[in-house]
Amino acid sequence: MNAHHEDRLKKLLQQALPPVEAEPEPGRDLWPAMLRRLDARQAAPLRFWAWFDAALLAGLAAFAALVPASIPVFLYYL
Amino acid sequence: MQDGSSGLLNAFRQGSPEAFEAAFETLFHQHQRAVYGWILRIVRNPATAEDLTVETFWRIYRARGHFEPSRGFEGWARRIATRAALDWLRTARPEVELPAEIPAPAAADPAVSAEIRRKIALAFQRLAPKLRIAATLAVIEDLPHKDVAEALGISVAAVKLRVFRALRLLRKDLQQQGITP
Repeated sequence: MNAHHEDRLKKLLQQALPPVEAEPEPGRDLWPAMLRRLDARQAAPLRFWAWFDAALLAGLAAFAALVPASIPVFLYYL
Repeated sequence: MQDGSSGLLNAFRQGSPEAFEAAFETLFHQHQRAVYGWILRIVRNPATAEDLTVETFWRIYRARGHFEPSRGFEGWARRIATRAALDWLRTARPEVELPAEIPAPAAADPAVSAEIRRKIALAFQRLAPKLRIAATLAVIEDLPHKDVAEALGISVAAVKLRVFRALRLLRKDLQQQGITP
């Protein structure tokens, strides 16, 4: 792909997906939602997720050890 | 994004629980607009950008132990916001992200029909998220590669490579649909 084609493609892309206006503002004050999030997450138990994450990590490590060729695929999607 | 004073940042990093809560609220109000704008540039959906702004500050709240006041709040918040947006791009379906009607830009080329713009937008949404996010910021938003690299936590060379790969794959996709860019 030469520079001319690249410039043309960039212009087409900007036509299809115009840049966002400068200094956009959220449509509402997000602090109340932040407070709800803090209250909900601090009250939620994390034990299941800690266990699940550890099991998932162990499974992935075991799979990578058994099939080393899968490691680049994992790294690509990280 | 304007960084807060060093006292505010130190209170956020290692203040008492009360000082930390107060500093967090102040930082939230100081930076929510900039974080929202940054995320909106990536996800291009206001409602999603609002949700991800809250998600970003939730991650900031939890990660205060990793914050280094000497390096400033802005870049750190932007990196976390980019990561949150990238996580969302990895789970969202293209059809969900794309608005029903793609508005024509002010200086639209009349030769490029709405249907072609829609096909280009859909082809772009099919790119791998890490390629798409680099191309969105560097090509569509026309931001300096250095800023994109800092936000993504990669080198400028890696940004250029991702943009090149994104454009090459996009071109190939469009050619398969009979569109010759």
